[in-house]
Amino acid sequence: MAGTALRRRLTWQLATAAAVTAETASVSTIALELPYWPGHRAGQHLDVRLTAEDGYRAERSYSIASAPGEAPAITVERLDDGEVSPYLTEELRVGNQIEVRGPIGGYFVWEERNDSSPLLLLAGGSGIVPLRSILRHRDRSGSTVPVRLLYSARSLPEVIYRAELDRHGPGVEVIYTLTRQRPPGWTGHAGRVDDTLLAEVAWPADRGPLAFACGPTPFVEAVATGLVRLGYPPGQVKTERFGATGGR
Amino acid sequence: MSPVTRGFHGRRREPAGAEGRVPPGQYVTDDFPVLSAGPTPRTPLEVWTFSIRQDGSTARSWSWEEMRALPAERVTADIHCVTRWSKLDTEWDAVSVDTLLGQVDHDARYVLAFCDGGYTTNLPLADVTGGQAWLAFGYGGQPLEPAHGGPARLLVPHLYFWKSAKWVRGLELLDTDQPGFWETYGYHDYGDPWREQRYAGD
Repeated sequence: MAGTALRRRLTWQLATAAAVTAETASVSTIALELPYWPGHRAGQHLDVRLTAEDGYRAERSYSIASAPGEAPAITVERLDDGEVSPYLTEELRVGNQIEVRGPIGGYFVWEERNDSSPLLLLAGGSGIVPLRSILRHRDRSGSTVPVRLLYSARSLPEVIYRAELDRHGPGVEVIYTLTRQRPPGWTGHAGRVDDTLLAEVAWPADRGPLAFACGPTPFVEAVATGLVRLGYPPGQVKTERFGATGGR
Repeated sequence: MSPVTRGFHGRRREPAGAEGRVPPGQYVTDDFPVLSAGPTPRTPLEVWTFSIRQDGSTARSWSWEEMRALPAERVTADIHCVTRWSKLDTEWDAVSVDTLLGQVDHDARYVLAFCDGGYTTNLPLADVTGGQAWLAFGYGGQPLEPAHGGPARLLVPHLYFWKSAKWVRGLELLDTDQPGFWETYGYHDYGDPWREQRYAGD
C-alpha cells in the first residue's frame, strides 16, 4: 500500500475545454487542456471548481475517462438538481476555462502489473467512466488480461461509450443489462443485476479475479455483497459509490 | 482568488439556519451518501469486540454487550464528507471515546483506528478526547445500518468524515503519527474541513 503512496501537493490550474462530446442525451465528455498534467492512473479522479461572479464557488470530483498517457478528460452526467453538472453539460463551450486539480485517489486503480488476475468490471450508469479508463489502459498497454464488463443501464440509448464498447478487441466481453427499457427484439439481459446474473458473468473466484465496481450505492452494495458471497475475498473487490445527491 | 467561470451562476446557497455551519467547498444535503473502498463487512454482534491496543497487545476489550452497558449519550452534530456533502444536525447514540480510553493507562499521542475490512485512519489523541469523539452505534434513533458503518463506527464530527471510521473495531495507541488508509493514498493527514484540508499539502 505504501508503495503506491501519492503524497504531493495538488494545486488548482486553469484548464481549457478542448472538446465537448455528447455521449448520450444527458452525458457529455469534456477533453481538458492543462498547463501541466503529471499523468494519471486508470481509475483516478480529479476535482473541478467553478466560481460565480459574486465569488460563490462550487467544487465536485469527477472520474477521469481517458487512459493514462492520454490528455485528461471527464465524462459528466447531468443531474437535474445539480449545479455543477448542468453547467458542465449545457453551458460549457470549447475554449471556456474551468479550474481543475488532480489526479486524486490511488486505491480504485488498475495497473497492467495486476495483469495476472482476470478483470471483472461492474458498471451502474455513469459508473462506467473510470472503468472505461481501465479498458483503454488495458488496450494501450498491450495487456491481454481477460476482461468481463457487466454494464447496467436504464436503456440502450443511455449506455455511455456504446460505440467504443461494442468494437472492443479480443479478450474483452461486454454484457449489458437494461433495467427500464429494452429495444424490440432485445435478447440480452433485463433488470437489475441479481445474484443469478452475477454468478453467470463473474469469473470463478478460484481464478483469482480482481473486481472493480462503480455506480450508485444500491448497485455497488448489491454487486459487492454478491461477489463476496461467490467467494471473492473482500480485498479483491474495489468499489466506488455515488449517491444521487448532485454530488457528481 | 479564483477566476470567474464564464456563464456559471451557482444555484445552491446555504439553507436557512445553515449560515456559518457549512465549511468552504461543501454543500448541504438531506441524503446520507455512502463512500467505501470495498464491500460492506457484516460482523455478527456475538463475535464483535472493540479493543484498545498498545505495544502490540490488547490493553482492554469490550464485547458488544459490555460496550452497550457503558454510559451512552445522544450526540447531535454536523458532519462533512471530503466528497463535498455536509449534513446538519445528525443524531447519534454513542459512547464517548473518553469513557473507553479512561479505562486504559497510557501516554499515547496518536491513535490509529482499525476496522473490519482492513480500513484504518489516524488521529491525534487530542482530537479523540475532551468530548470530541464517540463510538456510535445508533443513528436517528435506530441501530446504525451496515452501509453506514454499523454495528458501530467512530464519530469525530469536527474532522472530514473519513476520519469517522466505519465498522471500527478498535483503537491502537501510538507515540508517533502513522498514516491510515486514505491518508496513504494522498488524503490529508489531519482533515480539518474549515481549513479545507482535503488532500496532502492542503
